[in-house]
Amino acid sequence: MFSMTGAQLTISLLERQGIRTIAGIPGGANLPLYDALSRSTRIRHVLARHEQGAGFAAQGMARVTGRPAVCFATSGPGATNVLTAIADAKLDSVPVVCITGQVPRAMIGTDAFQEVDTYGMSIPVTKHNFLVREAADLLRIIPEAFTIAASGRPGPVLIDIPRDVQLETVTFEAWPEPGERDPAPAFFDADLDAAVSMIDAARRPVLWVGGGVVASGAGREILELAERASMPVTSTLMGLTAVPHDHPLSMGMLGMHAQRHTNMAMEACDLIVAAGVRFDDRATGKVAEFCPQARVIHIDIDHSELEKLRPASVAILGDVGDVLRAILPKVSPAPRQEWLDYIAALKRAFPSCIPAKGGHATPQELIRRVGELCGDTAVVATDVGKHQMWTAQSYPFRPGMSWLTSGGLGTMGFGLPTAIGAALAAPERKVVCVSGDGSLLMNIQEMATAAEQGVDVTVVLLNNVCLGLVHQQQELFFKANHFSSIYEVSVDFTRIAQGFGWKTWDLAGADDPDAVLREALSHKGPALIHVPVDRGEKVWPMVPPGAANRTMLGGENHD
Amino acid sequence: MTSPRTVLDVLVSNHPGVMSHVCGLFSRRAFNVEAILCLPLNGGAESRIWLLVNEDDRLEQMIRQMRKLQDVHDVRLRPDATETFARLGEVMAD
Repeated sequence: MFSMTGAQLTISLLERQGIRTIAGIPGGANLPLYDALSRSTRIRHVLARHEQGAGFAAQGMARVTGRPAVCFATSGPGATNVLTAIADAKLDSVPVVCITGQVPRAMIGTDAFQEVDTYGMSIPVTKHNFLVREAADLLRIIPEAFTIAASGRPGPVLIDIPRDVQLETVTFEAWPEPGERDPAPAFFDADLDAAVSMIDAARRPVLWVGGGVVASGAGREILELAERASMPVTSTLMGLTAVPHDHPLSMGMLGMHAQRHTNMAMEACDLIVAAGVRFDDRATGKVAEFCPQARVIHIDIDHSELEKLRPASVAILGDVGDVLRAILPKVSPAPRQEWLDYIAALKRAFPSCIPAKGGHATPQELIRRVGELCGDTAVVATDVGKHQMWTAQSYPFRPGMSWLTSGGLGTMGFGLPTAIGAALAAPERKVVCVSGDGSLLMNIQEMATAAEQGVDVTVVLLNNVCLGLVHQQQELFFKANHFSSIYEVSVDFTRIAQGFGWKTWDLAGADDPDAVLREALSHKGPALIHVPVDRGEKVWPMVPPGAANRTMLGGENHD
Repeated sequence: MTSPRTVLDVLVSNHPGVMSHVCGLFSRRAFNVEAILCLPLNGGAESRIWLLVNEDDRLEQMIRQMRKLQDVHDVRLRPDATETFARLGEVMAD
């Protein structure tokens, strides 16, 4: 027989799940949990400076390892603060288990101090959530939370534990098994055969890969299919590490900030094999006019994504890797020379504006250079804005890298705390965070967390002293009425970072910017590289919001 | 003109958050639900929810989204149950 408090039980169950790091912030309603956590010899606690930072640190751990990671927050404002990071995890399918403290059961519903309806508020932004009504329920709920977070399409799970439940003594006979990922759903051979005949019959097929391919670890299968069937590969923002950026069949990212030739190839294709993608509007543009000539084979592990936005000729529910392994031997090898020649002609007629190699003249070249210096196993995080799109376009992505970006929710402030989480989970890897001045200010307090933990995170700050993408959209679509997008006060980021205990470098006026860059990136520990950027530098090309992907502004490369 | 109606028969775990999960799904995804019936079953471990909904082309997506909810065990179409709502309507109109 075992006997312990709900708080001790929670910590023990987390230990048994293999959790070794938890990011969080203590407060009144989760103090029993923290008291129990202080006695754990296996779990290291990382004290964040804002609960959103804790949530994103957990995301960083989960995104790098592919396994559920845990964050803690107290009731009320602790819970509301962490919800943005949880919503972000929901939209990008990241397995996070968030454990919040709640006011004691007898006080729930009385508008008690630091009480909010965390359960109610978290329903729409979690995969599932629990309000723990008695300590004994933790024996079932904690393993179940990990199973739910990791199974099928991963996602965040929130467990709200009232303070008196944390203090309640529970007696039990045996430990439950840790919660593991359920097996992926089985698929039907008939669907596979239909998919194979469609691929064989297609004259202009395209493979479209998304976050589901990365989550499934199916990059190798994607390449095999691409090479066997001579199918060019395009990617969503979330799928950029699925295939090497310089593979001859790679067409890079599609959609709002695709290269012209990529969107034009999509316009011409007669079959899309959509693998682990969800037809997001940033990728498809006006969905009714997306790939007008194409039939669709849609492979996804989430049944509700199949045919949500576009009818599919064949919809296969399953793990992308499993499905591709079953399809691959059946697909007939084909050269499809005419189609590949057509795409090569598009590339010549509408050349990429992505720099061919790194440099320092433009932010895109600088990002490319950072990629060259950081190596093939780097963890690359971004915030949200121009720098994010430039990184998506110009970073030399390869399958060994981890690419951590807020794709669905588009949360400014994502980058720094997520990079910290990644560095905690993968201390041997180079972690670089490309950020912007608007985004970095939204979670800059986490510089203290990074300094305290001594994590090896390099922030490359592209500073244009404005909200860059807002500025760009105002210029293009609101007659250059730049309202509220330009910062009147220019913040001295290097001094701020130094105040947090960071090492800093500044490319402003540097005689040998590459030497500065190399020195900064070889530093171990939290480092900031400040890069002034012209406000007029745009993200090109751009499909206007709501337009079809054939309507692209800018990005003509006449060099 | 009202579109044809049908009934979704949803078998769920019976605990206080389930109605929020099911009803929230409808408002969140801008699905219409015209009427709701809910009764506990099997001594209270499960509940059966009947939802009177429009029979339109979004119905399949609604069902798939509902099946993703952890507390939803089964979702079936029960077009014959619209009659029950009609009779209840007469009772409640009094």
